[in-house]
Amino acid sequence: MEPKVLTGEHFINGDMACAEGAIAAGCTFFGAYPITPATEVAERMSERLPDVCGVFMQMEDEIAAMTSILGAAWTGVKTMTATSGPGFSLMMETVGLAVVTETPCVVVNVQRGGPSTGLPTMGAQADMMQVKWGSHGDYEIIAIAPSSPQEMFDLTIEAFNLSEKYRVPVFIMSDEVVGHMSEKVVIPEAKEIKTIARIKPKGRKDQFKPYQPGENGVPPMPAIGDGYNVHVTGLTHDEQGYPVMSVDTQKDMMERLLGKIRNNLDDIIRTESYRLDDADIVIVSYGVSARTAFTAVDMAREMGINVGLLRLITVWPFPEEMIRELSKRVKGFVTVEINMGQISREVQRCAGGNAPSYLVGHAGGTVITPDEVIHLLKKAF
Amino acid sequence: MANVKEKQPVHPLEELIRTERLPHIWCPGCGIGTVFSACLAAIQETGIDYRKFSMVSGIGCSGRGAGYVKLDSFHTTHGRAIPFASGIKMANPSLNVIVFSGDGDLFAIGGNHFIHAARRNMDITVICINNFIYGMTGGQVAATTPHMDRSATTPYGNPETPFNLPLLAYASGATYVARWTMIHSRDLTDSFVEAINHRGFSFIEVLSPCPINYGRRNKLKSLDMLKLFADKTIIKNNADPAELAIDFKKGIVLGKFVDVDKPTPEENYEKICMMREG
Repeated sequence: MEPKVLTGEHFINGDMACAEGAIAAGCTFFGAYPITPATEVAERMSERLPDVCGVFMQMEDEIAAMTSILGAAWTGVKTMTATSGPGFSLMMETVGLAVVTETPCVVVNVQRGGPSTGLPTMGAQADMMQVKWGSHGDYEIIAIAPSSPQEMFDLTIEAFNLSEKYRVPVFIMSDEVVGHMSEKVVIPEAKEIKTIARIKPKGRKDQFKPYQPGENGVPPMPAIGDGYNVHVTGLTHDEQGYPVMSVDTQKDMMERLLGKIRNNLDDIIRTESYRLDDADIVIVSYGVSARTAFTAVDMAREMGINVGLLRLITVWPFPEEMIRELSKRVKGFVTVEINMGQISREVQRCAGGNAPSYLVGHAGGTVITPDEVIHLLKKAF
Repeated sequence: MANVKEKQPVHPLEELIRTERLPHIWCPGCGIGTVFSACLAAIQETGIDYRKFSMVSGIGCSGRGAGYVKLDSFHTTHGRAIPFASGIKMANPSLNVIVFSGDGDLFAIGGNHFIHAARRNMDITVICINNFIYGMTGGQVAATTPHMDRSATTPYGNPETPFNLPLLAYASGATYVARWTMIHSRDLTDSFVEAINHRGFSFIEVLSPCPINYGRRNKLKSLDMLKLFADKTIIKNNADPAELAIDFKKGIVLGKFVDVDKPTPEENYEKICMMREG
C-alpha cells in the first residue's frame, strides 16, 4: 500500500506524474482503454487506485471509457480517462454529453501525430482545435497544456479543481514528448495540496431543480442515492432537467452553459509571461513547444531581437483579451506549435488587423527547434 | 353528497412516475408503456429503497423510459446506456442499476457494450424492448427486423438475418436471460423482480408492437401483433438458447433460459484489492 500522496522527489515521466496528480486530487474512478502514448497513465492508475479504495476499469473502447466516467461521476466521485488521437475522436460525442449534463470529469489527451493512426509513438499538438470544436454544437470547455512532468502532476490537480468548480469536462492536452519524458517531479505534502469538491445541494429535496444555477452560474450537484431523484438528459432541458424542445429553452440553457465559462475567464485562464514586458514581438506557445519557445526567446534576445513569450497554461478558454491588448502595442505574434496552424489562427483572429501573426509549425513527430523560431523571427521582422 | 370529500384515485405506481411529465411520447398501440409499468411494479415489489435504484436509457422510443421514472435517471447518448450504467455500478456497488432501452440502441449501435457487460457479468439489469424496428426515426430496418420484412429502408424486404438476442446474451456470458412479450405482463413483472435481485448481468428481451412504424408496413394491424404474441408463443423455460430465433410462422419461445450464479466484477475487484492489502 502506498499513500494517497507520494510526497517527495521523484524521477518519473509525464504520464506517471499525471496519474499521481489524479490520485492526489482525489480521483477514485478511472475508465480506461489502452492507446499509445497515453497507456502509462492507465497502467499507473490501475496500480494506484486500490491504494485509495478507487476503481480502475478497462472498458471495451474509448466510447465506453468516456461514458463510464460520466456514470461514475454521478455517484459523487472524481473521475478520469486518458487517451490519444484516435481514442479522442471516439470520445467526442460523449464530450458533448458531459458538457450538456454538466458532469465533472478530467480527460487526458497525450497527443500523437495524426490524422488517423498517424504516428502512434511520436508527438504532436494537433488536437487543439478538436478539443474545442470536436463535439457537435456550440460549447465551452477548459483545456490545459502541461509543459513538463512536474506540470502533468500540478495541472492534473488543477484540472480536477476546475472541473469540480465549473461542472465541465476539463482536458489535459499533453503530448507524447511530455508524456514520455522523465524529469524531476516534486510532490508536496498532502496538506499543501488544495483540492476542490463539487457543491452539493441543500434545502428541500422535492423542490430541488438540478439545473438551477448557483454561484458563478454553476448548479449544485447531488449524487445518485442522495434522494433528489434527478433526471439527467442529453436533450435540451429546463432547470428541472426535463427535456423541452423549444427555442427559448435552448437559448437559456446554452447561454448558461457558455456563460459559466465565459463569465469566469479571470478565474479560469492561466498564462505565464517571460520577458514580455518590454517585448515588441510576442511568441505564443504551450505544452512541449513552450520549452522550445523559452530557449528561442533567450537566443533572440542575445541577437538583439526584442522578443518575449506568452505561454498558455490554459489554451481554452482562449485568452482573447490578452492577445487583443498586446496586439495594440507589439509588432507581431509568432505561434510555436506542433501542428500546421491551429492556435496560431486564434492568435491571428484576436490580433485582427493590429499586428501580423506568424506560425512556426510542424506536421508532427518531433519537437520544433529554437533555430526554426529564430529563422522565422529574422525573416518576418 | 357535497360534504363528502372524494379522494382522487391514486395510480398504484404514482410514487415512481414523474406525473408532471405526462402525457408521454409513446404512440397509441405501442407496447413500451406496458413494459415500463411492469418494470416499475417490479421495482416496487422488490421492497428495496427507491434511493438505491438508478435507471439508465439510451436513445429511441424505449430510451425515453428514464425520463418518466421518479428515480435518479439518465438519458444518455445513443447506444451508451450500458457503459454509463457500468460506471455507476462500479463506482457505487450498493446501487441497483436498470438499463431500459430498445433493440436498436442496445444491439446495433450499442452491441459491443452489451456483449462486454455480459462477459464481465456486470451486476446490472438490462431490459430490451424489441419492437423489431427503429421506431423514433420512422421505421427503418433494425438488427432485429425479421428477414424479408419491410421497413422504411428495406422497402422490398429485409435481406438480412436478425439477432437471436437470448442466444447472444447467453453466449456473451449473461447469467440471467429471459424473453417475454408485453402481453405477458405478470410473467414480465416476476421476471424483472428476479432480474433485479439476481447477482450479475441479467437480460430480459420483451417483444413489443410498434403498429405505426413496423405493423403498418407489414400488414399487421394494432391487435394482430398482440394476437401473434398470444397465439404464436410457447413458454419453455430452460430452452436451448440456440433454438430461440424469432419466427412467427414456427412460433416463438418465451421463458427463462439462463439463471446461474457467478461472481461479479465489482466483487472480484474488491477481493483482489483486499488480497493485495493482505
